[in-house]
Amino acid sequence: MTAAAVAPTGSRQHLWLGLSALPLCVLAVTVLFGWHVAVGARSVPLGTVFQALLHFDPSQFDHIIVRQLRLPRAVIAVLVGASLAVAGALLQGVTRNPLAEPHILGLMAGASFAVVMVIGVFNWLGGFWLPWVAAAGALMAALVVWLIAQWAPGGATPLTLTLAGAAMTAFLTALISVAHLLNQDSFEQLRVWLVGSLAGSGRELVWVALPWLGFALALAMLLANKVTILAMGDEVALGLGVRTGWLKIQALVCVVALTAGSVALAGPLAFVGLVIPHAVRLFFGSDYRWIVPYSALIGAGYLLGVDIIARLILRPQEIATGIVTALVGAPLFIHLVRQRAR
Amino acid sequence: MTANSTSNNASRLHGESLTVGYDDANILDGVDFQVPDGEVTILVGPNGSGKSTLLKTLARILSPRSGQVILDGDDIHRSKTREVAKKLGLLPQGPIAPEGLTVRELVGQGRFPHQSLLRQWSSDDERAVNSAMETARVMEFADRPVDGLSGGQRQRCWIAMVLAQETDLILLDEPTTFLDLKVQVDLMDMLVRLAHDTGRTLVVVLHELNLAAAYADRLVMLRSGRIEQSGTPEAIFNSANLKAVFDLDAHVIRDPHSQRLLCVPSSLGSIASTVEVGARIA
Repeated sequence: MTAAAVAPTGSRQHLWLGLSALPLCVLAVTVLFGWHVAVGARSVPLGTVFQALLHFDPSQFDHIIVRQLRLPRAVIAVLVGASLAVAGALLQGVTRNPLAEPHILGLMAGASFAVVMVIGVFNWLGGFWLPWVAAAGALMAALVVWLIAQWAPGGATPLTLTLAGAAMTAFLTALISVAHLLNQDSFEQLRVWLVGSLAGSGRELVWVALPWLGFALALAMLLANKVTILAMGDEVALGLGVRTGWLKIQALVCVVALTAGSVALAGPLAFVGLVIPHAVRLFFGSDYRWIVPYSALIGAGYLLGVDIIARLILRPQEIATGIVTALVGAPLFIHLVRQRAR
Repeated sequence: MTANSTSNNASRLHGESLTVGYDDANILDGVDFQVPDGEVTILVGPNGSGKSTLLKTLARILSPRSGQVILDGDDIHRSKTREVAKKLGLLPQGPIAPEGLTVRELVGQGRFPHQSLLRQWSSDDERAVNSAMETARVMEFADRPVDGLSGGQRQRCWIAMVLAQETDLILLDEPTTFLDLKVQVDLMDMLVRLAHDTGRTLVVVLHELNLAAAYADRLVMLRSGRIEQSGTPEAIFNSANLKAVFDLDAHVIRDPHSQRLLCVPSSLGSIASTVEVGARIA
């Protein structure tokens, strides 16, 4: 009872792991980041990559590739991976549903649907407004899913929420397909985006989405300790002085912003928000003050790694990142389910 | 009918003409209730009598349609909930810990109302958590996940969490339900000792009548959203009241060892004869 007298959570094992794993994870993400930038149709040596990042020389072709093409894509991978993982973690805590995730609860389908409608039907390619459109879609979908679940006998339980989310996703995906059939030309450019891809977005979009994701990630960190308490039940949380209604609204705003920014940047990427928080819990327990930051870090690393694979397998061609997240994510998730069942 | 025979006590927490309901039905109907300071008050009543509803309203989980709950002179539903949480702790019925949360982490959550953005975790918090874990005797599994413990151990962890909150008033909703009798007795022993040794005020909803009679300083019987009887077990725990409140035919006898009051349902004889008849038919 002497060591670690001042502990944020009190659990020594989680505290020890949480603190000691931090530099390791940051290092791993940095290495993956460098590797991600180096890999591609034309590989650039790692040394040149870091040179281009630290001492940019516009006369060198490799430096221009790194700065103009590769760097934005790596930044997008980091942002989207972190955001989706944190969104999944928050949703799982607030709804007390291990299956909660922006994709499964229908938020992503809502965001994609809104974007597809605006771009495909109205033929309008808006950079700045893209996250707003996605956010409106995600928020609408979230509210409708919640209303359907609330309307079911027994109210909004993890089960009814999951079912309503699955129905919403199926319905909106069908609508997207219908729109696609009716207007093939303008949808051709969206085809890759709809699978989830980091390739399409340019640098401008990073600047558009950055404030959304930055704000939402910061908010998620601020909410983390209350989400831990909310995960113990509404009545416990109320008894401890948490304003649960207000907290849920804040969490919803946070998740919608994270989903909207991610969908605007990379399309509807499934599985990241589902798999990463579960993997994090396996090591760092159930305190969201650990889960949120580590989901962000490991989500970023995971999407960097997945995107490296997506570009390596069929080089010089590449597979859409969304396909690889599902290919890697599904078996990983099955493994996690087996781990937890034991 | 409110026999306030022992109400010379002060009361920091009381409800005034509380009417509470869901949808069209009123669960509580104009209830006045004073929680005597430093005593163990136990609420009993048949299913649907409103005992849990009364507890939740006192704990500001439910808002009354009319009437108010006063804590230290202020309307509890209009006070800052975090400030209330520094004075009043609540253990709801059947709480579930998130998977993998360790005992120490769970108990640590009890410190939430005392923390802020700038004041995250202090030596005060550490001391309160350790002392709560000692009192509830959960120190030996401090670093184990709560969901891996037995029912009684888990309930002790939750009680430790409420203790770590360091409130003078603690409300508990059926803390012994679904536990073995031995574990129920241990828990109630612990809670009552806590109240009497440290001067804390406890309000407990209980299902088990004999436990209620054995441990209550003040027993409160509810039926159909009203308080029917209130007083010491000696004063009100008798067969007439059990019949009136619970519609239960029972004798109340005195345990020859502890001198405590016990109720024995008097239909037991007829059950025995039914079994006999059943056996003969088979």
